[in-house]
Amino acid sequence: MKLLTHNMLTSHVKGVTKGYPLLIKQATEVKVNEVDFNPQFVTRMIPKLEWSALVHAAEELGQRQDLPDELVPEYENNEEFLKKVHRVLLEVEVIEGCLRCPESGREFPISRGIPNMLLNEDEV
Amino acid sequence: MKLKELESWLQQVDAFEEPKILLEQYPTSPHISACMLYTIQNTFNDIEGKLVADLGCGCGVLSIGAAMLAAGLCVGFDIDNDALDIFRRNAEEFEISNVDLVQCDLASLEAEAYAKKFDTFLWAAITMAKTAVYSLHKTTTREHIQKKANDWGVKMEVIAELRYDLPASYKFHKKKSPLLNLIKGSVERKPFLDEKKHPAVIKLQLFFEKLVSWKIVIPKVVLE
Repeated sequence: MKLLTHNMLTSHVKGVTKGYPLLIKQATEVKVNEVDFNPQFVTRMIPKLEWSALVHAAEELGQRQDLPDELVPEYENNEEFLKKVHRVLLEVEVIEGCLRCPESGREFPISRGIPNMLLNEDEV
Repeated sequence: MKLKELESWLQQVDAFEEPKILLEQYPTSPHISACMLYTIQNTFNDIEGKLVADLGCGCGVLSIGAAMLAAGLCVGFDIDNDALDIFRRNAEEFEISNVDLVQCDLASLEAEAYAKKFDTFLWAAITMAKTAVYSLHKTTTREHIQKKANDWGVKMEVIAELRYDLPASYKFHKKKSPLLNLIKGSVERKPFLDEKKHPAVIKLQLFFEKLVSWKIVIPKVVLE
């Protein structure tokens, strides 16, 4: 699970109103792969992100490095910054771990890089 | 990458080992997948550098194709563990790094939220015994698509028409868009979409009905 994907996922447990962001717990296996850097793609993704959720997730994985709390102004022209964002969005991957709903505490396992968001019948 | 090259790569993608009937698992043929992805990219520029969602991705043939066409990231969503396992294996074998996989039930996803984040949605919904996928194209490009379909030896059928052109500002309009009429029109005109026979497809359609962005590309080419 990449952090770009994580940034989109929400908990849909019945009755939960604030199922975002999912907390990343017990990340026993995290990989950092090489992914081609596309500055335009990163630039376009940034406004779609919940920035603080991204920073928090990266921090939970010990992969935050020097990612800032707030977006730097005029990031479109800042290749160094875009590369840092690219790294956390696309190159860091949680292989084994789990996602925890911030409201209900329900845990969604991540195994072999795939988060399982399926709910039981009574949770839907 | 040329169409033929993409197709030959996709021919090597592993498909379902034991398709599950209840989930309506049918592999999308490499030929149709390649044609569809190629069109979406060349006509609409909707894959390269884009955030793509592959709904009901199965073994990932569309996602892998999108990744090969340089999608920024293609996220595959599917309910079935076994299919996702095969997808993961495929991605490893092809050394594809710009895909991600999520196991979920599309019925429980918040369509609107996803519509805002993703640029393009891929959906290879197989609704007949023959391979069929649905496609949405602007009227101005229909002739172009028809010609391409002829070139590829694929039969194309227009099953519904957009009532009016979508202005660019329509993208995230909350009102019901003509796209929804298109999907509903297709359901009404084609009674083979029986809910009892095609529960998975109907589920996907309901998901799409919640989406308001016109950037949904549902490929539709009927193969004889």
